[in-house]
This record gives sequence, C-alpha cells and structure tokens, in this order.
Amino acid sequence: MSILVDGGTKVICQGITGTAGAFHTKGCLDYGTRVVGGTTPGKGGQKDPNGLPIFDSVSEAVRATGATASMIFVPPPFCADAILEAAHGGIKVICAITEGVPVQDMIRVRGLVDEMRDVTLIGPNCPGVITPGKRTASGTFEGGCKIGIMPGYIHTHRVDAATRKAVGIVSRSGTLTYEAVWQTSQRGIGQSTCVGIGGDPVKGLDFIDCLDRFNADPDTDGVVLIGEIGGTAEIEAAYWITAHMKKPVAAFIAGRAAPPGKRMGHAGAIIGGTDDTAPAKIAALKAAGVLIADSPADMGARMADGLGLGLAGRGDGALGARRAG
Amino acid sequence: MKIHEFQARQLLADAGIPVPPGRMVTTASDARRAAEAVLATGAGLVVVKAQVHAGGRGKAGFVKLVRSADDAFAAATFMLSNRMVSPQTPPEGLEVKRVLVAEAVEIAKEYYLAITVDRARRTNTLMASAEGGVEIEHVAATRPQAILRVPFHPVAGLAPFQARDTAMALGLHGKPLNQAVDLIVRLSNLFRGVDASLLEINPLVLTPPCADHPQGRIIAVDAKCTFDDNALFRQKAIADWFDPTEENASELHAAQHGLSYVALDGNIGCLVNGAGLAMSTMDVISLHGASPANFLDVGGSASEDAVAEAFRIILSDPKVKGVLVNIFGGIMQCDRIARAIVGAAETVGFSVPLVVRLEGTNVDEARKILDSARDRIPMMQSATDLTDAAMRITRAVA
Repeated sequence: MSILVDGGTKVICQGITGTAGAFHTKGCLDYGTRVVGGTTPGKGGQKDPNGLPIFDSVSEAVRATGATASMIFVPPPFCADAILEAAHGGIKVICAITEGVPVQDMIRVRGLVDEMRDVTLIGPNCPGVITPGKRTASGTFEGGCKIGIMPGYIHTHRVDAATRKAVGIVSRSGTLTYEAVWQTSQRGIGQSTCVGIGGDPVKGLDFIDCLDRFNADPDTDGVVLIGEIGGTAEIEAAYWITAHMKKPVAAFIAGRAAPPGKRMGHAGAIIGGTDDTAPAKIAALKAAGVLIADSPADMGARMADGLGLGLAGRGDGALGARRAG
Repeated sequence: MKIHEFQARQLLADAGIPVPPGRMVTTASDARRAAEAVLATGAGLVVVKAQVHAGGRGKAGFVKLVRSADDAFAAATFMLSNRMVSPQTPPEGLEVKRVLVAEAVEIAKEYYLAITVDRARRTNTLMASAEGGVEIEHVAATRPQAILRVPFHPVAGLAPFQARDTAMALGLHGKPLNQAVDLIVRLSNLFRGVDASLLEINPLVLTPPCADHPQGRIIAVDAKCTFDDNALFRQKAIADWFDPTEENASELHAAQHGLSYVALDGNIGCLVNGAGLAMSTMDVISLHGASPANFLDVGGSASEDAVAEAFRIILSDPKVKGVLVNIFGGIMQCDRIARAIVGAAETVGFSVPLVVRLEGTNVDEARKILDSARDRIPMMQSATDLTDAAMRITRAVA
C-alpha cells in the first residue's frame, strides 16, 4: 500500500519533448514507473526516444493509454492550462513540476480543480511524488512509481528496510525531501510514499491533505513533515495532528536563520508576520506532540525516535545497498 | 518586484481611480514648477515625497508639507542632495533621485484599503479598515477586528456587492459610498490584471465637503504596489519599471546568472542546491554557533559557469571567512559541482577554508574529481554529512 500512486499507476508526461520532460521521462522509466506516453501539441503521432507514443492532447493520450496520472514539465506560461487540460482529460493525479507559475494562475486553477472532487493536484514548483519500488538483484527497482525529478535510488521499500518500517514524507522543499529520505533509508527505515508539495504560496495538496492520507494508509508507520518559513500551513497542520493523527510525526522547519522580509528562494518562503516564522511553527508542532528535529541532519533520528526504534535503527539498513544505485 | 509610489499612482490613475494632482520630478527647479502648477489649481498645501522603495520616509524627514513653490524647491533640494536613512534602509542610507510633488488634500476621514493574496484561503483578499493613515500592522496586532477581510471568488473575482458591503461597513454613505464602491471594483480588476501581489492605499481619504463635492469625495492619497515576479513575462510595461538602483548589487548580479542569492551578516559563505536545503544549511551553521554570510541556491540546472560565478559572488564578500558547499544532487549532478569547484580554484582561487559535502546523483564520480584535485586545493575538506560539514566549517573559521 501507499498513497496517491503505486506500481500499477499509468503515467503520461505533458511536455515530453522538452529538455526537462524528456530527461525525466527517461529517469522515471528507468526507475520502473509505468510511463505510457506523453503530450506535445503538434507532435501527435510521433514517438519519443524511448518509443513512447506522443499525443496532441491529454484526452487523446488518456483514451489511448488509460493513464490516470500525469507529470507536467511545460514552461510556466502554459502550466495553468496544462493542469486544467489534465483535469478535464481524465487524469486523477496531476503532478506539476514546473517552477515559476504566476500566483494568479494558481488561484484560478485551484478554484476550478477544487470543484472536481476526484482530481488531485500536486505542485507546482515541486519535485513530484514517489512510491518506492523493491530493489532487484541487479540494483534496479520494480513495482514502484516515481513521478518527478527526485533521485530514485535513495528511496527504500519497506521489504528492503532493515527495520521493516516505512514512513510517509511530505515536504515543501525538494532537496530537503531527499535529505529526509536519505536519512531514514540510512537508518533502515523505508518510505511508503514521499510527496513534494512544492514551494509556492498557492498550490495543490497541502500538509493536511497528505497527513490525512498517510493516517489512513496501513503501510505508513509514521510521517516526516518538512516545512519552512512563510504562510501558516504548518500551524494548521499542527491543529489537525492534535485532533486526528494516530501515527508518530517528526518535523523540521527550515528558515530559523532567515531574516524577515527577504524571500528565501521559494516564492512562498518569506516571513511576513509573527505566525509564519520558524519558531511559531515549531512551537505549534511541539504542542501537537510532533518530534522536532532542531537540525536538518536529525530528521531521520527524530523519526526513528517516533517509531520507538531508538538506537536500534542507527547506522545500518540501506547504507550498503544505497551505493549500488 | 517593487515599484515607486509615483508609478503606483500612475497605475491607479490609468485604472480610473482618483489621485491628487501632481507629478514626479528629478530636479529642485522642476519641483518648484510642479508645486506652482498644483498651487494654481487652488490647493493650499503641497506635499514633497522622496521616491525610494524603503519605508520610514516621514520620520526621516523625506516627506515634507509646504505652502509655497519656494518651500517645495528647498524641500526637494534637501532630499535630492542627502541620503535617506531610516530603519528600513542600509546604514549608509539611500540616494534619492526622484521626488513626487502633489497636492496635499484636505482630510475629513482616513481609511485603509489593500488587496493581497491570502495563502490560507488560496485567493485574493480585500482588506479594509476605517482606521487608515496609521501603521496598519499596529491595528492588525492590537485590534484585528478593525480590519475587514473580504475574499475574492477564485475564478470570478470580487463582486460589486462585496465592494458595496465593504464600503458600507466602513461607514460611508451617499455619493462617497458609490465612489468608494467604484474605486474598490476598479482596484480589484487592476490587481488581477497586473498580477500584483500587494496593492495598498493608505490612506484612502474622504475630503471635507466643498462646492464641487457637497458630501466630500473619495481619493487615493498614497499607493504601494508589489508584483509577482513569476508573472513579469506577461507584464512587460510593469517589468520596464524595474529599478536596478534600488536592488542589492550582488543579489541582482546573482539573479542575472540564474542564482538565488540573499546577502546576510555572518562570515560563512554557503553554496547549496535547492531553496529548502539552502535555508537549512544556514540553520545548521547557526545551530553550531556560527553565522551564515548568505543564502545561495544554485538551483537544479546551473551550468559549471554559473556555479563558478556563485563562488565569485561569495568570495567577493570581504566578510566571508570560510565556505560551505552543500549539495544533494537530484537534477543537479554532483560531478558538475565538483568540476566547478576545481575550475573555481583555478579561475577564482580559494583563500579561505572550504568544506564540501556532496550526496546524490553522480556522487562517486564527483568524489573522484575532488580527490584528484586535492593537491591543488589544500584548504578543501570533505564532510561525510550535514552535521560533520557544519562542525568542520565552524572549526575552520573559529
């Protein structure tokens, strides 16, 4: 089990002939994702270098391939339309990787997509979503689903994890997600699904949507939540955790050393008031019983504490296997 | 992106929103002529305002009320020949190159009006208060109920009835009520049309009754506007207003190379891929008792040249006593960073300790590259993980 996607999920890439789209389509295929085609308007009927069919539109691609998930790599001016096209074309899980989408576009898109109850949007400006596959004898992966730009080999399926535990990871930051994945893998803790929700102020899935799904997923033993300065989503998540969460949660909030009023790379990472600072978020999460990693290097350790692994999970697990990737 | 007050005034005027008569000038003699023109309309009072992006102008003496063209000349002379220093400027202050000369309208009542993006509701939100003319942050902190918040429909925008409800809640009636409704509707359309991220009128003024306006009239006296950088590709006219002289030179230089850079006060330079990891690297340095000199995200697809430029920017900061490179390669391939480090050692030269922590895509290849260059870069240390990296660089600069 997992959330959002699994080994059976059929995926298309919107913008499959662009540099990034082509590169990461190959990366997802190599990981074992069932990528079944892609779209680039005007190139319908052609094949990509992997032999995948290219379509002019999403609805055409869905009809021909039965895809239910999509990853979007189109340039920012076209991303809003690509999301709406996917939603109307029958895609259920839309993963918008594109960085730099105007916020007014995302407000309109959220307003429209929210009315379509069976459509889930992830991103934009996110690394994507991955449900890890099992490691094969030759060092490849099978049965997983990687939709996005994350390095697949750092992830660990529960069966390959020394502790036989698996956690969900939800994060506003891409590279910090990899850090958490790597730290948990190193401690012999696998991942059920990892969701990069993205660094934009208005986006699709947020922390609570993911916590809710992880809470209900029998294959998720705990959750690592990675937040940052800006907005109040972490504080809302803290309230939700107090009321509903049945599993241990470990968290890290980036930006304690960030000065107010300065945008820290992500469009959404800027301190405006008092609620959107790192200390305010950390206090709210602590009050909700969340285990806080004071250092980004301690995310894996806090998760191990939350799972009751203590020192037992330290320093073994997937470390040896990791190099095989 | 920020713009000047006179530009925001222009946007409002172009959208059909009344603003006090006046114009922007760059010399004191033009300020005199602009004041004469305003006084000729029958105005009794003129305001001269320095046009800089930083706030705190009033307290710094860079907003002056004057009654004559000569006084406007004197005020403009002072502003254009002195640097403005306020809590929001760098310590050395800002050079003032432009001043706005406008009618200082008479005030019966002041209101606050703003539109911004409410992240939690994921929509644009109108904020209005009958307590205008003062620091709105103070009102928000002490009497939050005094600020009305009216969310736009995410697709349809703000409806005229919402504008009317807001204006009525502010206590307006008669002709000024309808004027305010018209203004709010125009403002909401402007906000969406120009991809603004904040549009603020403080104060929005109701003037006292006069012959032309027996019930007074509604006028936007001060305007502030910032824009969504991500939307500038479709806002060419706004993008042309970008004023590089208002920006930090290093940050601007970095942006031109596709690097996201923010200068800070510490002594450890950081080069990281990804905004979240870059922030965390600052955090972990602080946690170990040192302090970061900058935030620098090289992004996921920076070329070797861009990374070399990043080193150049970091090392050109005289405060930097050590550099920490922290890369978790996803799209970014570690070997590219390694080659850039070796290249930078030759072209830029490292005179300070360097700690490198690499993980992720192509890390083994990257380690080989660095190992083979170790003789040429003696100040370089490799770190095994984030904590080790922070400890090494903190020790090296201690």
